[in-house]
Amino acid sequence: MRNVYLDYSATTPVKEEVLREMIPYFTEKFGNPSSLYTPGLDAKDGLNKARQQVADLINAEEREIFFTSCGTEADNWVIEGVADARRNKGNHIITTKIEHHAILHTCQYLEQHGVEVTYLDVDNEGFVSPADLEAAIKDNTILVSIMMVNNEVGTIQPIKELAAIAREHGVLFHTDAVQGLGNVPIDVKDLGVDFISMSAHKIYGPKGIGALYKRAGINIPSFVHGGAQEKKKRAGTENTAGIVGFGKAAELAKRDLYEHAAHSDRLRRMLWEKIEAEIPDITLNGPKDFTKRHPGNLNIAFSYVEGESIILLLDAAGICASTGSACSSGSLGTSHVLDAIGVPITKANGTCRFTVGDMTTEDDIDYVVENLKNVIARLRELSPVNGAEGW
Amino acid sequence: MALYNDTVMDHFLNPHNVGEIENPDGKGIYGSPVCGDMMQVTISVDENEVITDAKFKTFGCGSAIASSSMATDMIKGMKVEDALEVSNEKIVEELGGLPAIKIHCSVLAEHAIKNAIYDYAMKNGKEYKGLEGFDPDAEHHDDCEEGHCEV
Repeated sequence: MRNVYLDYSATTPVKEEVLREMIPYFTEKFGNPSSLYTPGLDAKDGLNKARQQVADLINAEEREIFFTSCGTEADNWVIEGVADARRNKGNHIITTKIEHHAILHTCQYLEQHGVEVTYLDVDNEGFVSPADLEAAIKDNTILVSIMMVNNEVGTIQPIKELAAIAREHGVLFHTDAVQGLGNVPIDVKDLGVDFISMSAHKIYGPKGIGALYKRAGINIPSFVHGGAQEKKKRAGTENTAGIVGFGKAAELAKRDLYEHAAHSDRLRRMLWEKIEAEIPDITLNGPKDFTKRHPGNLNIAFSYVEGESIILLLDAAGICASTGSACSSGSLGTSHVLDAIGVPITKANGTCRFTVGDMTTEDDIDYVVENLKNVIARLRELSPVNGAEGW
Repeated sequence: MALYNDTVMDHFLNPHNVGEIENPDGKGIYGSPVCGDMMQVTISVDENEVITDAKFKTFGCGSAIASSSMATDMIKGMKVEDALEVSNEKIVEELGGLPAIKIHCSVLAEHAIKNAIYDYAMKNGKEYKGLEGFDPDAEHHDDCEEGHCEV
């Protein structure tokens, strides 16, 4: 049976070149980067190189990159850190209704501790209105956090424009760029942002390693206490191999950015055109203009059927995708993103996300469309719902 | 690794009793796509009050479909009054277990079957102990407002 992985927004395989760079840091270069002898210094050298590689990907300075255990940690750190560091200025944070839970749950946690949070609405394609942001800024606003690219529906926000509004009002601006990194060009100097959250495992690097870009000159407290690592901002012995892997993945992502995005976009469009031609009663969620959407992302509601069933039947055919349905295992409750862009719950329950990536081929697309067509037809045969009730 | 055990996967991938009986003796629908799952059951009942056939159509996740398949298997050949004793716990047991967060999905089948039998009883002027206090219009929504599949 053929295996087709179409969930690159969930995670990506580690590229061979990345793995090859990492392996020596488990064995001969195993030293603690804080040690003063050769294996320690070798490890430290690996960290420094990786920091430069990650900085280069977003046109930042090496000293502005702080490694974390994942993108979620970077999100937690910046939200809690700014709330703490700027508490004399104010206690109001602005974010959106379609952020990753790493932002939303952190904001909800801070709300229990006296921080006021505004969750901006988005339009029916997931875009934040710059005018809404401007109107929401108050004298006590200390931070705006708006994700660069949405993980579910792929919406690419006008970050430069949004960051400029925050800056005009003297408010710090953070963007969670976990889905944007390696998929859209990121230049921190051009964008004018103060913080960026990143993760390695979405760009063909390893899991368990992320980073925060913090503009030089802005100070937030340490998030993990206990050592001098990461300029005393994030204690704990470094995940050296992971960091080295992140660095290599960042180098490849920078080198291949346009090729990767063009490849993804071409196959994504092919997938959408074929699905649209072959399967009736479907709705594309998120931006219709693919240039304003994650290059590999499709999010499709299949009327009259339920998402988990689609995923299970696709899995039986060797195809990996994900769903925003209520009954999707683990997540419980329909997607807050689909809700925020106004997808009716009946359609949200039949929604699947497909993300193509570097290893996807045209044959994969044909295989997926053929199987998806059968899966949807089979589940519709099984379903008592046919649209007659308005569902 | 699979999300469900082999029995559940088998009933999901190759469900038994799919479809709709023409001119059924009883028909029941439970749930709605708003809630994330919905099941329709049609049954044939003979003069000895034995369920001779049962068919289903289900909108729902893997465990909802597997539960529908298993439950309709279970009631075929049963006396109506015995079919009313088929609880969601028994369906789950026959399936060899469901993940904790999916136990709810088996309730769908129990209720849809009861609705079909209620329809049969109403049409034929029958009374069953198992239907005492049964409300065919009970709001499935009560479950889903608490997060639907949440335990």
